Amino acid sequence: MIDTVERAADTPDEPQPYADLGLAPDEYARIRDILQRRPTAAELAVYSVMWSEHCSYKSSKVHLRQFGEKTPPTGRLLAGIGANAGVVDAGDGWAVTFKVESHNHPSYVEPYQGAATGVGGIVRDILAMGARPVAVLDPLRFGPADAADTARVLPGVVAGIGGYGNCLGLPTVGGEVVFDPSYLGNPLVNALCVGVLRPGDIQRAAATGVGNKVVLFGAKTGRDGIGGVSVLASATFDDARLSKRPSVQVGDPFAEKVLIECCLELYGAGLVAGISDLGGAGLSCALTELASAGDGGMHVDLERVPLREPSMSPEEVLASESQERMCAIVAPERVAEFLAVCERWDVLATVLGEVTATGRLEVDWHGRRIVDVPPRTVAHDGPVYHRPIQRPSDQDALVADTPDRLPRPDDLGALLLRMVASPGLCSRAWVTDQYDRYVQGNTVLAQPEDAGVVRIDEATNRGVAIATDGNGRFTRLDPYAGAQLALAEAYRNVAATGAEPIAVTNCLNFGSPEDPAVMWQFSEAVRGLADGCQQLGTPVTGGNVSFYNQTGATPILPTPVVGVLGVLEDVARRTPMGFGEPGDVVVLLGATGAHFGGSEWAFAEHGHLGGTPPPVDLAAERALALVLRTAPLRSAHDLSDGGLAQALVECCLRRGRGATVAVDGDPFVALFSESTARAVVSVAEDDLDRLAELADEQGVPCLVLGEVTDQPTLTVVDVLSVPLADLRTASESTLPALFD
Amino acid sequence: MVTFPGSLDDRDAVRAVALAGAEPVPLWHADPDLRGADAVVLPGGFSYGDYLRCGAIARFAPVMGPIMAGAREGLPVLGICNGFQVLCESHLLPGALIRNDVRRFVCRDQRLRIEARTAWTAAYEPGQEVVIPIKNGEGGFVADDRTLDELEAEGRVVARYLGGNPNGSARDIAGIANATGTVVGLMPHPEHAVDPLTGPSADGLGFLTSILTSLVSA
Repeated sequence: MIDTVERAADTPDEPQPYADLGLAPDEYARIRDILQRRPTAAELAVYSVMWSEHCSYKSSKVHLRQFGEKTPPTGRLLAGIGANAGVVDAGDGWAVTFKVESHNHPSYVEPYQGAATGVGGIVRDILAMGARPVAVLDPLRFGPADAADTARVLPGVVAGIGGYGNCLGLPTVGGEVVFDPSYLGNPLVNALCVGVLRPGDIQRAAATGVGNKVVLFGAKTGRDGIGGVSVLASATFDDARLSKRPSVQVGDPFAEKVLIECCLELYGAGLVAGISDLGGAGLSCALTELASAGDGGMHVDLERVPLREPSMSPEEVLASESQERMCAIVAPERVAEFLAVCERWDVLATVLGEVTATGRLEVDWHGRRIVDVPPRTVAHDGPVYHRPIQRPSDQDALVADTPDRLPRPDDLGALLLRMVASPGLCSRAWVTDQYDRYVQGNTVLAQPEDAGVVRIDEATNRGVAIATDGNGRFTRLDPYAGAQLALAEAYRNVAATGAEPIAVTNCLNFGSPEDPAVMWQFSEAVRGLADGCQQLGTPVTGGNVSFYNQTGATPILPTPVVGVLGVLEDVARRTPMGFGEPGDVVVLLGATGAHFGGSEWAFAEHGHLGGTPPPVDLAAERALALVLRTAPLRSAHDLSDGGLAQALVECCLRRGRGATVAVDGDPFVALFSESTARAVVSVAEDDLDRLAELADEQGVPCLVLGEVTDQPTLTVVDVLSVPLADLRTASESTLPALFD
Repeated sequence: MVTFPGSLDDRDAVRAVALAGAEPVPLWHADPDLRGADAVVLPGGFSYGDYLRCGAIARFAPVMGPIMAGAREGLPVLGICNGFQVLCESHLLPGALIRNDVRRFVCRDQRLRIEARTAWTAAYEPGQEVVIPIKNGEGGFVADDRTLDELEAEGRVVARYLGGNPNGSARDIAGIANATGTVVGLMPHPEHAVDPLTGPSADGLGFLTSILTSLVSA
């Protein structure tokens, strides 16, 4: 039986399964209040998904406001928070849009499809802004590298990202692979996409222009992805049937590749008045958001939606998260042209309805009204919570347990080999060689370089650099500092390539917002990130919050992942990470202290997490970035996990060059401390004075360490000397041994 | 330059063709003729999604009619990666390409030795070593022993992998030619090695300058 608006009005007392749909009693009461009657089954489906944490940001909203309030003055922001993705001015008539999102839970349930559709979803977000997607980065976090479930999850996730991204023709140019026990039952699969467009070509997700048509195009709608929104799927709410349904969407990268080309042709021909991608919450989200952001009224005949399974109920059609679909607003006189372009690409396109002046979203099913709601109440005026916040009871003990008590090693050469081989620091090639980094022919730098660098204009060589970073251990010890450290590292990585960092996106992965300790971590991290972005002059342009990342009562390490975008006027002048010519001078920029709280050494050697993270100094980061951008460098590599020792190894192995260096003071501190705002660079001997001068102007400590050699050895005078071949074997054997 | 739905490296190959000094002619999979092109490149990618065997559907595209007919008459054709798979499916080249023995997609800078003199490799010294990226999931070349012996005896092994076989190809074969050396299939991507800024080398440019030279001198 179809639960129509009329029937809902006639049966006000019919019990409804709002609690099973994840709505609180007061939220349900508020829906009744808005509608002045009980919602129909379809309306309940729409409200419950749109008022979910995932769609409404109801627990995070009050905190995320700071990103807007603390936006530093910059002339570059063309579209900010609230759009599908932020857009920044990259100069010379180019704009760049970028955003990072999570697909954590689906990737745990079904690693391949979960990760694949994570890539697909973020790519459609970028596409919906009017941009051509040009690159992908994948920050990934798994349980211990040697855990049985990691052997299940990691290969599937990596193959899924590769399978989708490679087939889509998008180069994967960066990301992270991190292992920690807290992610064992809850891996983090974040995906970032970058797109390029002209500033005048930004598309809006708004249904404006009364009489304009609403066109659904792309893949057919099926039952996939409905399990994710649980009982919404079924009008009869029959649990036994539901359990048989796949809860993870299934991706078709070929369909998405064709959809990209089709959309770009539609944009180019000026056939699109408004557009939204279909992702989480499917049509429910696209229709209500388009209507809410536009003239406010929309009429849709839902039975016109092309279905894979004709038996689907209207609630299922509204909730389906089938992939590779977009919804466009098209002027009536352009509809024929629009459909012709879709036909050329073999993309199915269907007119579902039109923009109206009623101020209401009206959805009919075979002529009977099943949804009649003010769209703004669904998409924008959802519930807002001020969740309780409480500093975790173990925080003081954690901070008091400093790494000072840990025994220091005697043989630093042996330690170096162990550290280089440790899962946290070893070569990621086993993972990243499964990603196509060359396609599109514009990749100038890709992993393991500090940041991905992609050319956006072949005529002028203008390009962008992008890096993602996050450190759950630092954030656990001090969430305010931890978020800033993630920001600082990504900023430094972008600067190391010679680019000017200009904007930030973030994916905030946390445990349950109903846990006051988690909410404390979250609120502190957001405050830290917002303050940090303000100080660095890099606005947050958008992002994503992922809550409920926990196994039982144990949350993951709080993990804000920060993506920083930079601009290079000429990508031919980018600085690579690897040592270049023998005889070049190796220089350490930045100051080193004894900072081992949350360090890779404490974790890898002692399984220890305690104390405080390295101090944040954003002024020093800014100064360092300026030196990295202006000095005549042959190579530059940021110092982070594993400290100077790890950075030197990576600089040597990249191009098979040796180095001989000397360090002052305690060699263990000099080599393994994780003090921030540092980079190791190499310069031609003739350029050393210029570098020293620039560093001095900016107040950046500049310490000559030694030189690049043509000997196949990394030597730290009087401390250690290790053949590069041994370092390479140590670095490159770990992941193949675990996952081959 | 043929674009099938799902072709990915088509724009990259167009760029490489232009860099080599030729005029790229874009062809759509549904085109009935070759618009006067003097040589054809079938690019990498996943034509039609490659959900069946790689290249198995592209082989039936309308544009493949004139390409197959032309190739038999001496039209130079270079198939790169997915294009190589299409050439095998079209029986313009012998053998087939199967899933990599490591069962993973492999993207890396690959050392190769150029062995055969063909219309597409004349710019290289026989035995010359080059570095060109490979990126494929189904790049393992297989054929029966008699075919492999024939290819070797007739000097039709265009390139061989050095420093480790990335995908389990028979006899380390990275590319082969037809009997006349006009049709070449190649797993590595020369179009991604035309500029050291965006590739590991400019070693791949020789494939395209070779064909220009042989067309101009013909």
